[in-house]
Amino acid sequence: MNTNGGQALIKSLELEGVEVIFGLPGGAILPVYDPILDSPIRHVLVRHEQGAGHMAEGFAHATGRPGVAMVTSGPGATNIVTPLADAYMDSIPMVVITGQVPLPSIGTDAFQECDTVGITRGVTKHNELVTRAEDIPMAIRQAFHIATTGRPGPVLVDIPKDIVDPRNPASAMNWNWPTDADVSSSMPGYKPTTKGHPKKIKEAAALIAVARKPIIYAGGGILKARAAEALRELAELTGIPVVTTLMARGAFPDDHELCLGMPGMHGNYTAVTSIQKSDLLIALGSRFDDRVTGKLDGFAPDARIIHVDIDPAELGKVRRADVPIVGDCRLVIEEIIKALNALGGPESRMDITPWRQQISAWQELYPLVYEQSIDGDLLKPQYVLEQLRDRSPADTIVASGVGQHQMWTSQYWKFNYPYTWVNSGGLGTMGFSIPAAIGAKVGRPDRTVWAVDGDGCFQMTAQELVTAATERIPVKIALLNNAYLGMVRQWQEMFYGERYSEVYLSPDLPDYVKWAEAMGCVALRVESPDEVGPAIDKANEIDDRPVVLEFRTDASEKVFPMVSPGTSNDQIDVGPLQNGLGR
Amino acid sequence: MPPKYHVLSVLVENRAGVLARVSALFARRGYNIYSLAVAPTDDERFSRITVVVDVEQAPLEQVVKQLNKLIHVIKISELDPRDSVERELMLVTVKAPAEVRGQIIELVELFEGRIIDVGRDELALSLDEHPERLDDLEELLRPFGIIDLQRTGRVALPKLERS
Repeated sequence: MNTNGGQALIKSLELEGVEVIFGLPGGAILPVYDPILDSPIRHVLVRHEQGAGHMAEGFAHATGRPGVAMVTSGPGATNIVTPLADAYMDSIPMVVITGQVPLPSIGTDAFQECDTVGITRGVTKHNELVTRAEDIPMAIRQAFHIATTGRPGPVLVDIPKDIVDPRNPASAMNWNWPTDADVSSSMPGYKPTTKGHPKKIKEAAALIAVARKPIIYAGGGILKARAAEALRELAELTGIPVVTTLMARGAFPDDHELCLGMPGMHGNYTAVTSIQKSDLLIALGSRFDDRVTGKLDGFAPDARIIHVDIDPAELGKVRRADVPIVGDCRLVIEEIIKALNALGGPESRMDITPWRQQISAWQELYPLVYEQSIDGDLLKPQYVLEQLRDRSPADTIVASGVGQHQMWTSQYWKFNYPYTWVNSGGLGTMGFSIPAAIGAKVGRPDRTVWAVDGDGCFQMTAQELVTAATERIPVKIALLNNAYLGMVRQWQEMFYGERYSEVYLSPDLPDYVKWAEAMGCVALRVESPDEVGPAIDKANEIDDRPVVLEFRTDASEKVFPMVSPGTSNDQIDVGPLQNGLGR
Repeated sequence: MPPKYHVLSVLVENRAGVLARVSALFARRGYNIYSLAVAPTDDERFSRITVVVDVEQAPLEQVVKQLNKLIHVIKISELDPRDSVERELMLVTVKAPAEVRGQIIELVELFEGRIIDVGRDELALSLDEHPERLDDLEELLRPFGIIDLQRTGRVALPKLERS
């Protein structure tokens, strides 16, 4: 016996290339925290385990590498369930290590015991309780392999205390690092398909060639597959316009003439309508989420569908595809490009100029609009975001929470680089932005990282700013304080007859500036339009500690356009400033 | 007539928690498991789970795809009842006072079942047969008074080719 489970666990993480662990120790995971002292791996001590999970996600969003979080048993594990569910919905590669009570205590309702594997089964791509010290290296190798291949996702490894505690004989083991072949033969049921079927690829090319009104519907899978370049090549080759979903912002540059921006419930008019009127939807790594489709039987009624996804279960789940292709987006797009070229030059495809002209006309008629505030009024959130966008470096990474501020950020930011947008799409986790921004900044210390947050979200995870201040992780927070749970307020205004139930939060309680200062941040309150720019400039100059800018924004401002829940995308409401235009 | 149920034969790794993963997936996607049988195969590294589900064809495709995503699931075959051989085992304890005992024994012999235990006023019997035959015997025994009845859930294999 030449090592023990605890040392083997840390060594395994090192060999997997882990540079940073986000975590918080406790009883059951204690023995693993001892060898961390001697490891080159950086550990970021969070203030709440949920923060560790979202930091790991933010790290993964920004770098494409798996984020790693480590927490103890019982409440440590239950506190990280939300980030696991979030990562599962958004296909984020993440490995979570949880401590567990010693094997002989499992099932006895021991102190800080819970059925972690049972609780997290439905929110992980895979999870495993390791029962022998000698199995730890293989469990870690499998976890990273599963988290990062196929459709990425979170994997949880539950480690009982006795097999990592050097004082317990159950932890003694001989070191053995499994080979790649060992790993794949240990999982006979796991073989993701990455290469698209050649016949289907030809069919896809043939459909593209005859389409008069095609649209590329790009989803988060483009980013996961690192397919942004391939997507651009396909779009430029064919001239087909691209919509980028909430999870795909940045996968295709917003400043590209073929980029139509975000579709969906709060998508812009052109993105929503061009999908609706299309005769061919080329869905690449997107999953026909209900927030994109609106009422399903009214969604893109005339469109034939090419659907490319690495997860076979997504094909036909929501909308039947005429050409379903299982495979890695990058590889499949590259093959489709070859197949298109084999058909011939531009003359082999339909002329889509009239379609492009129609789209340009929509863009001209329905740009995103808002009314500037007059002096003395509360700030318009859109104005703040425009200033933030224009005064920050072009490759700034932006994280957001969930709600109105998230939609405005997605609408008003110009995402011209992949991996610059970090948000919680599928699960819609309020409080995501601060820890996610910290994780992103740890992964990309060279970049400016802004978190755009709402006051409701801020109060859920603000404690992680203590982590950021302590660890010298200089993230910047733009807090849009409208004193409300704004999106809920918007729905109550629009769909519940302005009966506001439990949505008011107060602008002054807490005092966000004092609170942020108490957490070691530089903090400024911004109330008038002329203060916005200078405050942002000042924040962008600070690089040694976190900054919080509190913007007092107008609670009556609503997110438009909007497709009301349960209605078809044809019933898009462009808002009071544009209603009646062109109809 | 198309069958009202589907039989899925799921080859899985033979390890702790796999059955829970499979059954949890059915529950989460809103499918009801009608019966379920599980045991190791001839290769003890693997088990075979035979699940009978009562679903429409389209959602079944989705459940099969979701099952396939479980790391410990190796292979799933859908067995069309028309193209497979099916068996199930049933154990029944039935009231059998002297005056009807002969009738019950006759029934069991007719179905080629076996009497496996004899009490003063009760009989325990077993039948391994096609599930529909079990239904038939169950129905015929009911008037005598069934005290206990236990079925295993069906197991199935594809029919062999003859041409």
